[in-house]
Amino acid sequence: MFLEMVSLAAKWAIPVILFTITLLAFVRRVNVYEKFIQGATEGFATAIKTIPFLVAMFVAISVFRASGAMELFVKLVSPVTEKFGIPAEILPLGIMRPLSGGGALGITAELIKTYGPDSFIGRLASTLQGSTDTTFFVLTLYFGSVGVMRYRYSIYTGLSADITGFIASLVICNLVFR
Amino acid sequence: MILIGIIVAAINGNIDAVTTAALTGAQTAVDFALGLIAIMAFWLGIMKVAEEAGMIRLLSRLMKPLTAFLFPSVPRDHPAMGAIIMNISANVLGLGNAATPMGLIAMKELQKLNRSDPKTASDAMCTFLALNTSCITIIPATIIGIRIKAGSVNPTEIVGTTIFATAWAMLVAVVLDRVMRRVYSFRRWR
Repeated sequence: MFLEMVSLAAKWAIPVILFTITLLAFVRRVNVYEKFIQGATEGFATAIKTIPFLVAMFVAISVFRASGAMELFVKLVSPVTEKFGIPAEILPLGIMRPLSGGGALGITAELIKTYGPDSFIGRLASTLQGSTDTTFFVLTLYFGSVGVMRYRYSIYTGLSADITGFIASLVICNLVFR
Repeated sequence: MILIGIIVAAINGNIDAVTTAALTGAQTAVDFALGLIAIMAFWLGIMKVAEEAGMIRLLSRLMKPLTAFLFPSVPRDHPAMGAIIMNISANVLGLGNAATPMGLIAMKELQKLNRSDPKTASDAMCTFLALNTSCITIIPATIIGIRIKAGSVNPTEIVGTTIFATAWAMLVAVVLDRVMRRVYSFRRWR
């Protein structure tokens, strides 16, 4: 019931927003076309501006993944993490999640396919995918769009949130699905 | 990361993978930015109209109590507030396509308020990104889609656990952001 309502809201949100904005602009006699073009031009410039930042980050992550450095890292930490009850299968996902959205989604899909969506691993991977974010990507994109290069403590807060999401996912999945 | 990657690749004997990976990485980035042009141009156009019609200001006034607490350095009626609210709402509803442009508008407005060096993140920017990267999603649509395709008996059973985990992540992000802001401003004074 609640879920249906929310998905309905998600479906209607954008049409309703567009309608309201246009209606309000019409009532207030805003020159809609002219203003739209003005904004769209800015949008174009912003998107182009992010390219160098995104290239730098994607190249780094891509090289890191393709070289096998990630597997090595997983192999190094898995004996430690297994002691805390973290399944070794889930670890690559935890590491990939803040780096690459597409990469993480690929791992999740793979885990769900291999272990089944209703297995413990499948449920844990699903929860993990939804509760953490592509922190590095978001920071690069958002800061890059305005030319900020010194992120200060942003990276720590973002990664702490991801680690918290990871731990909370483990705890709640162990409680609910085991 | 590049250094580690290249060293490991050299040891593993797949050094040619580095070259391919670097170029495909660059390609992915440009493809993404090109895709971004479409949604950015569209949403920034719409947002400009909304701003001109006074809707953004209305929205920021409605959410004042919450945003004033989170972003003390941003003036209450500033357009940045409206964009921040739109970005967070889009994130909560899982509308990724709309969330990104709103977020970038928010960043642009916050940059206008950035009184220190424009290459350094302001307090408000850090808070905004902490919220953004840890934000609650009520419906994790993508993952539910994958589960349905994989033939799950109950594809939405993970919604509860997801909201639980992400709520903790958000709480930690907001609290830590506050603490770090203190720590960093203290450092600056010394």
